[in-house]
Amino acid sequence: MSDQQKLHSFVLYVENQPGVLNRVASLFRRRAYNIESLTVGHTERPGISRMTIVAGISEGAAHRVEANLYKLAPVLSVEDVTHVPIIARSLAFIKVAANDESRYRLMEIARVFRARVVDLANESLVIEITGTEDKVDALVGVLRPFGIQEMARTGQVVMSRGTKPPANGHPAGRSDLLLEEEASQSV
Amino acid sequence: MPKTKKSGAEIIWECLERLGVEYVFGYPGGAILPAYDAMTRYGVHHVLVRHEQGATHMADGYARASGRVGVALATSGPGATNMVTGIATAMMDSSPIVCITGQVGSKLIGSDAFQETDITGITLPITKHNYLVTRAQDVAPSLREAFQIASSSRPGPVLVDITKDAQNGSCEFDWEAAAPQRQHFVRGPFYNKTQLAEALELINQAKRPVILAGHGIILSGSEQEVLAFAEAACTPVALTLLGIGAFPASHPLCLGMMGMHGEAWVNKAIQESDLLIALGMRFDDRVTGNLKTYAPTAKKIHIEIDRAEINKNVHVDVPLIGDLRELLPQLVPGVKRMDRSDWLSSIDKSKQDSAVRDIQSLPDDGHLYAAHVIHELWRETNGDAIIVTDVGQHQMWEAQYYRHEKPRTLITSGGLGTMGFALPAAIGAKFANPKAEVWVVAGDGGFQMTMAELATIVQEKIEIKIAIVNNGYLGMVRQWQEFFYDGRYSSTPLWSPNFQKLAEAFGIPGFTVNTRPDVIPTLRAARRQRGPALIDFQVEQEDSVFPMVPAGADLHAMIRRPNPLVERATDV
Ligand SMILES: Cc1ncc(C[n+]2csc(CCOP(=O)(O)OP(=O)(O)O)c2C)c(N)n1
Ligand SMILES: [Mg+2]
Repeated sequence: MSDQQKLHSFVLYVENQPGVLNRVASLFRRRAYNIESLTVGHTERPGISRMTIVAGISEGAAHRVEANLYKLAPVLSVEDVTHVPIIARSLAFIKVAANDESRYRLMEIARVFRARVVDLANESLVIEITGTEDKVDALVGVLRPFGIQEMARTGQVVMSRGTKPPANGHPAGRSDLLLEEEASQSV
Repeated sequence: MPKTKKSGAEIIWECLERLGVEYVFGYPGGAILPAYDAMTRYGVHHVLVRHEQGATHMADGYARASGRVGVALATSGPGATNMVTGIATAMMDSSPIVCITGQVGSKLIGSDAFQETDITGITLPITKHNYLVTRAQDVAPSLREAFQIASSSRPGPVLVDITKDAQNGSCEFDWEAAAPQRQHFVRGPFYNKTQLAEALELINQAKRPVILAGHGIILSGSEQEVLAFAEAACTPVALTLLGIGAFPASHPLCLGMMGMHGEAWVNKAIQESDLLIALGMRFDDRVTGNLKTYAPTAKKIHIEIDRAEINKNVHVDVPLIGDLRELLPQLVPGVKRMDRSDWLSSIDKSKQDSAVRDIQSLPDDGHLYAAHVIHELWRETNGDAIIVTDVGQHQMWEAQYYRHEKPRTLITSGGLGTMGFALPAAIGAKFANPKAEVWVVAGDGGFQMTMAELATIVQEKIEIKIAIVNNGYLGMVRQWQEFFYDGRYSSTPLWSPNFQKLAEAFGIPGFTVNTRPDVIPTLRAARRQRGPALIDFQVEQEDSVFPMVPAGADLHAMIRRPNPLVERATDV
């Protein structure tokens, strides 16, 4: 495939059991696609987890990944949400070196970014920020000169906007729901 | 204690019996001992193999010959890892097999215990699905679902790894409650009326259509539907290697095999066509050649059950994702009767001198060619035998010269190209089809990879005939060295034992043939044997498979048979 690589976001509903993450990740590994971020958490339905995977791949490859994810038994549904309107957020803790001089400025920066200072020590403070990847990146950029001591980022969680149910959301009866819609895509 | 309380080991056999399993191909060991002990109380026939790879190929051969799920059994560690090649073979060719392996006790998992191997980890990318079962009560649900996954939609291998404590432990056995719960993995169909109409429009407008018939036709049992469709659309049919048998070789619309070793006119027809109708095939690189120049003027309709195959290698205009058997009958009524005799006769004309170039037309000059052997085998068996091939030149010659009329009569490792496949797979095919005449066609190289299974044939007292196409080389590799490496035969000349004597050491009648007049009488003598027989055909050593599209070259850029042979042929 010669088309350009770009970041694709996949939302998966999977059974919450051992080995599922390995199966899913293995499809990316096999094709040497780098996973930029991956989040997993519970859903409103017991026993079912939701994964958000962001990976840099080409358009053609994204179709293939999606179709292959579909073939995994514990995967209930897959949606490539790259081209649909979504809300995307990630969370980060950033521990920055702070002294009496810089502390006030750091708190001011946090305020401008609508971030929060969640820990304060003699020589450092921890800022918590929730936002798009871009916004987190921007904050990191501003904080870097102060000396970032540690950082933890969650990776993205995404959800499509509006009231439309997630296209592949519910395992039961979903094939009827999908028939027309999926077939009309050029798969 | 309620009557229905059973050990995990008993539940394995209880389930296999209820799933209709007649044969299990396996090899015992420590971690699977409880299952082997319980086996004696059940009616499933266990075939003791000589290597666990053999067990997987036997299960595979059984599945391919019958369409039913084949079952292989092995112990943990080396028993399980020996299965890997067979599992990958089944995966690539969509063959429904279930492999059951013993595993160390669940408390020992992860401790590098004796004969512990992470076989579910190892086989993750080469199975449709796999299970690690650590409790007796999970045995039945896992096995039932394994069978369903293996055989549904696009079939494939499933592995069930059962710890020793799960086999020894016991629980209430409830068959009904163990019914498969997951339904979602049978995805699709995905197509709509608009797409059916689009497909019909393309079919009815096409002037030069070609059907590409693949393994999916055989897997879905839609040969009749394909026949009806091809006849209605008056469209010639080219076959993939695994599609051989999906359409009768003697049918006037049958072109034969396409791809790397397909006949020149078949590939030419594909290159010139204006519509390709791909049925249950996956545009493998061995059939497309260079993708950039593949069928440049053709629109493409792809009818396939596995959505992941759509637009994988070749961009298609109309994808119809579903079971051929349900889909094709929806198309047939809309197909307009068209006169395509111009197209058919132009394909016919492009055969030109290929009949003369065919090695069959060579006079007997004292040389024995593999093509002669295969041709006579076809004639002597009336084209009715199940032929199980190994991998290499002989495999391609079989595909070219044995004319298969019926599905499931050619069993061969296509996707993985696994040498050593033929002999064990033939054993499985024979168990699936005890009345059929089963022939192994193997090279001298591949036969030596799994020939220990001769002992299995003898121990099981089954009748399998074996033709070794012995050219003294790893022939297919030698051919590539001749064509692409200036004839430097690096590690391809191959010493072999005296195969006739080898067979005799197993108590199997052996024959050796090295002249053309001996071919037919020896085939007859071997066929007359009530049990197994082996013939060592010592053929021309440096013959090559023609025509050939070099890997990655344009499909129409074929290497033809060299002139000296052709000249001799036209001398007649
Ligand atoms: C297990 C395995 N190892 C290596 C190969 C590569 N390979 C493909 S064909 C071939 C030669 C086969 O030789 P032989 O069995 O004598 O058959 P021939 O080509 O001579 O008919 C080899 C080595 C393979 N396909 N499978
Ligand atoms: Mg050979």
